[in-house]
Amino acid sequence: MSDTTKREALFQAKVDSEQKIEPKDWMPEKYRKNLIRQISQHAHSEVVGMLPEGNWISRAPSLKRKAILLAKVQDEAGHGLYLYSAAETLGTSREQTIDDLLSGKAKYSSIFNYPTLTWADIGAVGWLVDGAAIMNQVMLCRTSYGPYARAMVRICKEESFHQRQGYEIMAVLAKGSPEQKEMAQDALNRWWWPSLMMFGPTDANSPHSAESMKWKIKRQSNDELRQTFIDRTVQQAEVIGLTIPDPDLKWNEATQHYDWGAIDWAEFNSVVAGNGPCNKERLAARNKAHNDGAWVREAAMAYAAKKAERKAA
Amino acid sequence: MSDNPNNWPLWEVFIQSKRGLDHKHVGSLHAADPQMAIENARDVYTRRQEGQSIWVVPAAAISASQPDDAAMLFDPADDKTYRHPTFYTMPEGAKYI
Repeated sequence: MSDTTKREALFQAKVDSEQKIEPKDWMPEKYRKNLIRQISQHAHSEVVGMLPEGNWISRAPSLKRKAILLAKVQDEAGHGLYLYSAAETLGTSREQTIDDLLSGKAKYSSIFNYPTLTWADIGAVGWLVDGAAIMNQVMLCRTSYGPYARAMVRICKEESFHQRQGYEIMAVLAKGSPEQKEMAQDALNRWWWPSLMMFGPTDANSPHSAESMKWKIKRQSNDELRQTFIDRTVQQAEVIGLTIPDPDLKWNEATQHYDWGAIDWAEFNSVVAGNGPCNKERLAARNKAHNDGAWVREAAMAYAAKKAERKAA
Repeated sequence: MSDNPNNWPLWEVFIQSKRGLDHKHVGSLHAADPQMAIENARDVYTRRQEGQSIWVVPAAAISASQPDDAAMLFDPADDKTYRHPTFYTMPEGAKYI
């Protein structure tokens, strides 16, 4: 056996026996690349995900809701940071990772290219978008790369309030005036299908899946996670009297799961390709924030240098 | 690593969750100086009262053992079971030992 083959066998044995891979361990180059891509995409999603919600901070219907939304958006910033740090342990620089987002080279979750049109959208985002994200994140708490798994444990602890506050917003609106209930239903109608798309392409069309499963980066397939999400969410919608916008949705006694209608993958691909309602706006907002913050980063370094000089003198 | 002088250096963050416990590594962040690293760590790692004391250490100042050397490095402890109390046979009936 060549050295690389031997090392690969040792690596796979570690993964198979559920030992975590740590930053200084030898790992196949494709494992490293695959992780950098996935973790940085995940980090970018947390960061860009602040934009649709930030849109409602100044217009939240009460001080309580405003404080909650602020805390949630602040959590998303923290989650982005945990993940950028995890990506950095794989040998990428923070600067390069951020540049890849700003230039449009790196992807983030397509869901954030949809607009938040009404207050009910903040409810739907928390309930559905965070709900779908949590399905994925709970699985990733057991991912094979140590720093990623540790970041996910932290994120999952914080994330559960996000989904609950969103569902509560929807529940309150659904019990309110007919206009409020209609607003909640409209938000559900617009966010349902994009939320299902968040789990990614079907297993048959998922280019990175087989390797990710072998390396235990992923532990459950896109389709499995999507089905669990649907099964749980349909019940939650019933409890608050809202209707899932899928005429084909039907309980299947034989499989003990819901059957559901077809996802419009053409729409998904178009949004991923950059043609969603807000792709340009989101990237422009990130670039503006980054450029407007340049003087702060420079000033902080100048101040640190000045303090260090004084201390030395 | 980039040479851009305006990139903030990396710090490793350790949090003590309660008095009397040890400081535990929780993650890392970038900051211009130690004071800012502590303030950022407060905002990032203790939003839910997870800590009452923070250490920050420049990541570049940490030396670490190599995973490939682990077998050799930790080998001396492998054959010294007499370092554990369970190694010893106690006479029947002896108490408080």
